[in-house]
Amino acid sequence: MTESAVDNAEATPFTVRDCALISLATGLKAHNLREFSDILKRIPLESIEHHLWGRLLQPRFDEPEYNNDFASWAFHGLNDKILAERLSMVLPTDFDDQEALRQELVEVVEERLDECEMVPWAKKDNQFHFLRSQIVIFDSRLRFVQPVDIVPYLPHLSTGSIYYHFIDARNRTDERCDDFSAWLAGCGPEYQPLRERLCSVDPYFSSLQNIRQIVTDLFQAFFEEEAQ
Amino acid sequence: MNPGDRNDSLLLDRYAEVTGPEVIHHLQQLAAPLKGAKVVHVNSTREGGGVAEIMRKLIPLKRALGIDASWEVIRGGAAFYECTKGFHNGLQGIRRPMSQSLLDEYEKVNAANAEELRGRLEEADFVVIHDPQPAPLLSHCTGRRGRWLWRCHIDASHPYRPVWKYLRQWLTPYDASIFSIPQFAQLLPHPQYIVAPSIDPLSEKNCDLPEEELEAVRHRFGLDPELPMILQVSRYDRFKDPLGVVQAYRLASKLTPLQLVLAGGGASDDPEGEAVLDEVRQAVAGDPRVKVLLLPADAHHTINALQRIADIVLQKSIREGFGLTVAEAMWKAKPVIGGDTGGIRLQVFDHYTGFLVRTPEGAALRIRYLLHRRELLREMGQRARRFVGENYLITRHLREYLAMMLGLQSGTEGRMELGL
Repeated sequence: MTESAVDNAEATPFTVRDCALISLATGLKAHNLREFSDILKRIPLESIEHHLWGRLLQPRFDEPEYNNDFASWAFHGLNDKILAERLSMVLPTDFDDQEALRQELVEVVEERLDECEMVPWAKKDNQFHFLRSQIVIFDSRLRFVQPVDIVPYLPHLSTGSIYYHFIDARNRTDERCDDFSAWLAGCGPEYQPLRERLCSVDPYFSSLQNIRQIVTDLFQAFFEEEAQ
Repeated sequence: MNPGDRNDSLLLDRYAEVTGPEVIHHLQQLAAPLKGAKVVHVNSTREGGGVAEIMRKLIPLKRALGIDASWEVIRGGAAFYECTKGFHNGLQGIRRPMSQSLLDEYEKVNAANAEELRGRLEEADFVVIHDPQPAPLLSHCTGRRGRWLWRCHIDASHPYRPVWKYLRQWLTPYDASIFSIPQFAQLLPHPQYIVAPSIDPLSEKNCDLPEEELEAVRHRFGLDPELPMILQVSRYDRFKDPLGVVQAYRLASKLTPLQLVLAGGGASDDPEGEAVLDEVRQAVAGDPRVKVLLLPADAHHTINALQRIADIVLQKSIREGFGLTVAEAMWKAKPVIGGDTGGIRLQVFDHYTGFLVRTPEGAALRIRYLLHRRELLREMGQRARRFVGENYLITRHLREYLAMMLGLQSGTEGRMELGL
């Protein structure tokens, strides 16, 4: 991959960043739903973020039944489908900050505890282990001035770059969306349709490889339509 | 470019052919700040077992990325290996006390090895100690200047507490430890990283093989090309449950004619292997459709061919750190019937990439099911290969090691931005 020449000093170039993520154990584990709720109330926010998003950069099967680790455990560890469904629909992007997101998760779990006559327990080898991530971000040295320039590079971006610009961006940007659409906003109104399509991508059920393909397809389709 | 650089570049190019160039580019960028760092890995066997296999591939790749990586092996006698086998069993939950004389031997052997290795270990930037065998080396390297990591490859989720308490004294002073899955992590006063092992797609054990070679292996072991074949590849170890595999074969073959191959070697640090092998041979005596193979440690091509010939691969372990043979079989597009334990659960997803079972009966049921649903068997195999390609190749393993080393080097535990 070569660097794209920056030929327009006035445009803000898109800087491609890359990242690698590694999981760490927190040493905290829940044997039952009561313990889970208690730990959830005090666990560092980065652990919650890891279980909602960081899993995308971890080995995992690409056809998940539930879209976050908490919901998966509710189903597979506690056999509680109701809780799994409710936890699946807590969307991080609906909340202004991560503390509010934590509160909502705790609310959902406490509500379920109120409904249950007995505290649901997991088997001894199905406890929930709270993890956190360490993320290393670095500059890939790729810069793009015009949106059309990025198209041939998209299929070759690493999954780390996709994670950084499409997932991690949801915690960094004001619009709680991806870096590509944030950049396109400054490139002119003609890119609004592409921005809308990018913002409407649901990243929850896709692997990073799939997201890369979806983003590539959206960019390619947009510029093909433009050309026509 | 000197010949060494050219070889490194060629090695990376070969991986890029399998993983895509972007994966290698990503590794190069991540490794840049670690260029020239001295990294020493230490374990207790150069042949046999998954750890030695990973070392053989990880070291050249790290070197190709500019890291000064090396691999040292400690040496001990029969009593030392009896002791460390006891640790292995104890960490996996076998409740058997260790005698003081064996523990004394363990400490003595480590002290002797430290005399030989001290210089290289003390000057290293990172030392990675694999499993309990060399764990006390750190205590003999008081002039160490780098970061020391203890890498546990064993399912230590429910250890026999006296064994864990004894080992913990050696592990506590480490800067970090690494476990294969979160369930294995134990309470230690330092960061505990989670890094799953991996397979090497270019190794003799995993590279593509021509049909003639498969045919030659079929012929060599007298395998019937018309009969479905099930296979388990693993050391002869009770935790791998080879007798359970024989029982599953017997149950399944009552209704579905098939043949079974059990293939394994011994690791030089495993003194119990021979006894287990004898038990297996006795259990299958007189059945011409069962082959019990004791293969040399370097029989990688043969293992590769057997995995490719097999219709279904089993890994019916009752305890398993990770199960590299599972990833190997999946990379060859085989569905795996695995024990519902440890790292096998990270690889085998019920009805998608194979089946998780808890009993020989469960394994027999799934063998019959897959042999009667050939289309499904093929689909599962394809899914399994894709899954391993995206998650369990050595390039992912290396990426996580690099990220971890960068974190340790900078002393940062959260978000870290390099040169931005």
